[in-house]
Amino acid sequence: MSAFASAFFSVANLVNVALSIAIVGVLGVGMTAVILTGGIDLSVGSGVALVGIATALAAHAGGSLPALAAGILLGGLGGAFVGLLVARWRVPSFLVTLATLSIYRGLAYWISGGRSIGEFPPGLTWLGQGILLGLPVPVWVMLLVFALGWFVLTRTTGGRWVYATGGNEQAAWLAGVDTQRVVFLTYLANGLLVGLAGVMLAARLGAGVPNAGVGYELDVIAAVVVGGTALVGGRGGVIGTLIGAVFIGVLNNALNIANVDPYIQRIVVGVVILGAVLADQVWRRILRL
Amino acid sequence: MRLTTVVAHGIVVRFGGVAALSGVDLTLSAGSVHALCGENGAGKSTLMKVLAGSVTPDEGSVAIDGEPVTFGSPRDALAAGIRMVHQELSLVPALSVTENVLLGAESPRKTMRQRALAALARIGSGIDPDVRVETLSLADQQMVEIAKALASADTRVLILDEPTAILSPRECDALFACIKQLTSPGQTSPGQTSPGQTSPGQTSPGQASPGQASPGQASPGQASPGQASPGLAVLYCTHRLEEVARVADTVTVLRDGRVIASGPVAEMPRDVIVRHMVGRDVARAARTRNSPGPVALAVRDLSSGFARDVTFEVRYGEIVGFVGLVGAGRTELVRAIIGAAPIDGGAMMLEGRPFRARRPADAIRHGFGFVPEDRKGAGLIMHERVRVNTTLARLASFARWTIVDRRRERQVTREWIDRLHIKAQSTEMPVDRLSGGNQQKVVLTRWLLGELKVLIVDEPTRGVDVGARAEIYRILIELAQSGAAVIVVTSDLPEAAELCDRLLVMREGRLVGESDTVERAGTMMVGGA
Repeated sequence: MSAFASAFFSVANLVNVALSIAIVGVLGVGMTAVILTGGIDLSVGSGVALVGIATALAAHAGGSLPALAAGILLGGLGGAFVGLLVARWRVPSFLVTLATLSIYRGLAYWISGGRSIGEFPPGLTWLGQGILLGLPVPVWVMLLVFALGWFVLTRTTGGRWVYATGGNEQAAWLAGVDTQRVVFLTYLANGLLVGLAGVMLAARLGAGVPNAGVGYELDVIAAVVVGGTALVGGRGGVIGTLIGAVFIGVLNNALNIANVDPYIQRIVVGVVILGAVLADQVWRRILRL
Repeated sequence: MRLTTVVAHGIVVRFGGVAALSGVDLTLSAGSVHALCGENGAGKSTLMKVLAGSVTPDEGSVAIDGEPVTFGSPRDALAAGIRMVHQELSLVPALSVTENVLLGAESPRKTMRQRALAALARIGSGIDPDVRVETLSLADQQMVEIAKALASADTRVLILDEPTAILSPRECDALFACIKQLTSPGQTSPGQTSPGQTSPGQTSPGQASPGQASPGQASPGQASPGQASPGLAVLYCTHRLEEVARVADTVTVLRDGRVIASGPVAEMPRDVIVRHMVGRDVARAARTRNSPGPVALAVRDLSSGFARDVTFEVRYGEIVGFVGLVGAGRTELVRAIIGAAPIDGGAMMLEGRPFRARRPADAIRHGFGFVPEDRKGAGLIMHERVRVNTTLARLASFARWTIVDRRRERQVTREWIDRLHIKAQSTEMPVDRLSGGNQQKVVLTRWLLGELKVLIVDEPTRGVDVGARAEIYRILIELAQSGAAVIVVTSDLPEAAELCDRLLVMREGRLVGESDTVERAGTMMVGGA
């Protein structure tokens, strides 16, 4: 057990945990905002794959910065498309993003011909694999995104309107909040973060990979929900999501170090998520009394 | 003939150290309506729940016809013949009237229909038992709810919680007639109790306490057809004090979990009840009528949904009341004005300039404020803090470069909490912890924070207790006196009388007239001249 402890608590391992949650963390900030409005995005996993392919193509055509810009813009475009359907046409986000989940993945395979597209310029690779002041660059990016997300959601009018729209859309609308615009912009912001995460993942893998990010949406939603954000909207926040992501990252890491059978790992993670959500419910009920 | 009596004695209920009821006595008699009054939080709901078996008292006893009973669950109370009709309707919309009336007591289809018909006939209702409940008006649904309570043959005690909250005046009349009928002797029970079923009130021979009717006699529920039974005992809980005199025989007033007064209705006029409820005299808002200023809003031939071709003006400094029956088109009208409902035709002028709001935000930008009738569903974000709900409509004015100045938000919210006597411990308290009246004040504050030209308030005091009601009137009157134009939609005529300078009467979507007196307005509402 002490072998476990020394392996687990080594600085290298903790940095490793932080790196392992960097992409889920970035996606988690966007997902938190979306869920706060009462919506959901099921397509972030295939979104990062499609963005990765586009990033790779743009990197070959124009270099690192165009690749970064192309990836983020493509993500934003996807977010705007979903936002338009959800905000303007009132299609349930669950259905829209179930469709884009399939569309994005199909596009990623079709454009790439099913093959990875690699050989990146060094600047782009640095974004996924570089080290800055002792920490991996993706960890810095994640921390920055969390800080920005926290500030926008808790300190600005837009953030307040996100909470208000998710808390009671009718009341917010009658009080003059442009709820359609709030919802649209939330999906747009989420899309931009999907773009950023897609570039980070491609940079980390050193290639645009069409089957990358499968199942990410579930990891991200799990981090948000374990972090205490209510799926009905209006309650929660990105600090909880950070805690949720760290919690799940640490759990996975600890199970790895303890050499738990990977199949059983999945069961354990599921049970722990369920336990965390139940504990949260019980805790809320106690507080209310 | 035996009279059922329910006697609750010394009831104490504590919720986590806080006493909701501290030693309450209450007696219900067959054939009589007992009104239960009190402000929100006085303990009315808890007392009703004790009688209906959903709250078990910590101390005290309940006895039916002298027999002590202990209700561990609502099921026990039902078995004893006590039925409660809750304020929120509990019907299944997709099922038929018959199925709803006999929900949980299903029997063969043919007898079900007959039993439902009998229960409906007993309350003098001609509702078709075969239609789905969702197709009925709210008033009819209320009747189905009562029929449901009466479908069980051994119902002897009926508890009604705010039964008129959603009813129009005409529908209230029907309900009162129904209650009268239920409590008058000579009612026959609608169906037959299954053999062998006994109710706790039916005492076995030799156990009857003194003063009881002869042992072994059938309880009302088991009366054979044609045999007279003494009528139901009714506990009637209401906020609308004018109803007490109309429907009740006796009245009990609760305050802070204690019985403050109890006695025949004849000996307790409305103002006495009010004084007992709030513990002090509520000054009737003194209404010094302003001479109104220039026209703020002129509406011409406005149509939206059910509201058709409505033309009227509101001047600065006056309170104009829209009265009418529920469903007369008043809510549709005001929602169209502020841009919350599509306009089918007509035009509006604000200060002489054409005005049209495509969404509420447009109207708010022009100086409108709107307090919707459904406070929980459309007025407040219930789990959010008082501060957040207060500044919601004016948030941009608290922000620089979109960053919200939360300190100033807290400070301003605090000032208004003090100014309007909102009972909230802090600005950071969730609004769902406040009483209805204080919640309504929070919604009002939202509009008082900034420049306000026209405030539209739909049902200003629905679900608000008497004390807070007077304060809300004062806020609205002061607002008008300070120069704003106020439009009030109300179904409560005494409220209209107390609050409004002019009354506009709507009927079936159209504006049918204007009146200075509620008496005339009341006649016009239902179709009189």
